[in-house]
Amino acid sequence: MSQIPKEPTALGHDIRLELYKLQLELRYCEKRAYDLFLQNLIKGTSHLSLGQEAIAAAFGVAMRPDDWTFCTYRGHAHTLARGASMEGVLGELMGRQCGLLGGKGGSMHLTDVAKGAMGSYAIIGAHLPVAAGAAWSAQYRGTEQVAVCFFGDGTTNIGAFHEALNFAVIWKLPVVYVCENNLYMEYTPIGSVTAVEHPAADRAAAYGLEKVVVDGNDADAVYGTALKYLERARKGGGPALIECMTYRHSGHSRADPGQYRPPGELDRWLERDPIKIYRERLLGLGIVEATLADLESESLRKVDAATETARASPVPDISEIDKNVWADGSTAWRN
Amino acid sequence: MAELTYREAVAAGIAQEMRRDDSVVFLGEDIGAAGGVFKATVGLFEEFGPRRIRDTPISEQAILGAAMGAAMTGLKPIAEIMFSDFLAVCWDLVANEIAKTRYMTDGQITLPLVIRTANGAGSRFGAQHSQSVENWAMAIPGIKVVAPAFPADAKGLIAAAVRDPDPVLVFEQKSLYAFKGEVPDGEHVDQIGKARVLRQGKDCTIVALALMVHRALEAAEILEKEHGISCTVVDVRSLVPLDTVTILAEVAKTGRLVTIEENPRLCGWGAEIASIVADEIFWDLDGPIIRITTPHIPLPSADFLEDNTIPSVERVVREIREKID
Repeated sequence: MSQIPKEPTALGHDIRLELYKLQLELRYCEKRAYDLFLQNLIKGTSHLSLGQEAIAAAFGVAMRPDDWTFCTYRGHAHTLARGASMEGVLGELMGRQCGLLGGKGGSMHLTDVAKGAMGSYAIIGAHLPVAAGAAWSAQYRGTEQVAVCFFGDGTTNIGAFHEALNFAVIWKLPVVYVCENNLYMEYTPIGSVTAVEHPAADRAAAYGLEKVVVDGNDADAVYGTALKYLERARKGGGPALIECMTYRHSGHSRADPGQYRPPGELDRWLERDPIKIYRERLLGLGIVEATLADLESESLRKVDAATETARASPVPDISEIDKNVWADGSTAWRN
Repeated sequence: MAELTYREAVAAGIAQEMRRDDSVVFLGEDIGAAGGVFKATVGLFEEFGPRRIRDTPISEQAILGAAMGAAMTGLKPIAEIMFSDFLAVCWDLVANEIAKTRYMTDGQITLPLVIRTANGAGSRFGAQHSQSVENWAMAIPGIKVVAPAFPADAKGLIAAAVRDPDPVLVFEQKSLYAFKGEVPDGEHVDQIGKARVLRQGKDCTIVALALMVHRALEAAEILEKEHGISCTVVDVRSLVPLDTVTILAEVAKTGRLVTIEENPRLCGWGAEIASIVADEIFWDLDGPIIRITTPHIPLPSADFLEDNTIPSVERVVREIREKID
């Protein structure tokens, strides 16, 4: 088993502040999404990454700008972490014209191709082979791009997970699979429905891959792991499967208060909140309180501004319904 | 013009596009050195090598997922699903991912990919290797659907599918793989979305697809010679987009519509055409629309039973005589 150091690695302050800032933005934006739901300004459903931000942030900082992200319906954070505009994300959640997808995709399908965010996939497992295909394209064209594919622990029990891993290994594809093990598949403890303790990492051996488990609430640990396996994939070393241990602070989706969780569990994990532990680490490393407070208020202002932009944006034009099924922009199925 | 079998024409269409464009790649089960279980890809591995012709494990989700991921990042993959029945094990990729991604991303992602698959009955393979499932695909917005009946069309429509910027599902009829026909020499690229009138008549318009086109032509010959009923035969060729201009014009001329479908009865493509005809040219009709389909049953295996489920020439002749005379 690969031992990924949990202690702070020798990162520069600039990287650490970038990691902190990105985690803050993801946290505040997710909280804002929740608030906007309560105000009925966001309809439908949403799956928040509250508590899991360190993973998206660490990969976001570690990835090359032309690398590709494939994520799930719990993908606001991963999309933002690649640099997608916050008003584009919030606007999409609110069904506004300024949304990343013009209101056609919604919370579960956030995509920003220009930033390498190649889609959020709402059918469990579907995007694992898709990420392998992008990696195949990079390998074929010799571009040294890497596809990073995020998914939850529940995904490890669907067929596409196994098909994709085998496929990626036999073709030695530059793809990094990242399981965010937040301990629950929807409403059910993952341990109660899975044959092994670590749903992703314990299956790695079946595909000739190294077992990699990392503290997903420690941005430094995830960042170090990400760099290592991104680089290896980029240089032709093939795929990796990384299991990040984490916890979601909220329920599975908007409709879920998470009452199935045993008493005290959430509190224990709140003690290990990635942003809390990162803040403490930065203070311990001598970064002054004022610097952190500035980052915090700056991030909040950014979320506020994005919220106002999205709220001010009109609903999509009705003509959008009949656009963009086909590459010629039309929806025509007959002549 | 050269005479090729339908299977040779398939390989010729793929080869033509791979020679032209290095971004065209081909993946599937047993397609490489083995030349495909239907021998429809013989010679490609030898010409293009393992970098571009890639054998895969039996992992249909991986095959279509990889094709999709490659298509959104600069390649033009052709993916083979060995039997169209197997589309059911990767239908998520077809119906939820490939077909919907362009619309859901408001045009950010375009998927220039081709899915080829062997469709239809006649090989005594039973209910899980014999279906005609083109109507499954037709029901999903966002994917183009073609089904060639002749070798020239097989080559030309595959070439057109590769050049099309959108996902195209090509149904190759396995009962036609050995069928021989003239194929134009040199580069041949057809047009997706165009039906073809193969025979002009006065009494009824038969609209058919793939193998049923051949049965329609045979039946039309018999009806003309032996029963004095003169039939137009339209080869639909493309279900999405559907050439309603040609179909409506040909039905209006004869005043009668007959569809011949290999798919089971409910929601076959003929039902959609019948609906369009009834909606738009009802007053040009001289009598009820006739749909001749496979019964609504899983397909049996025994040759005697299978031959009595798929619409036969005799059945087409009989039904048209009974209903149109």
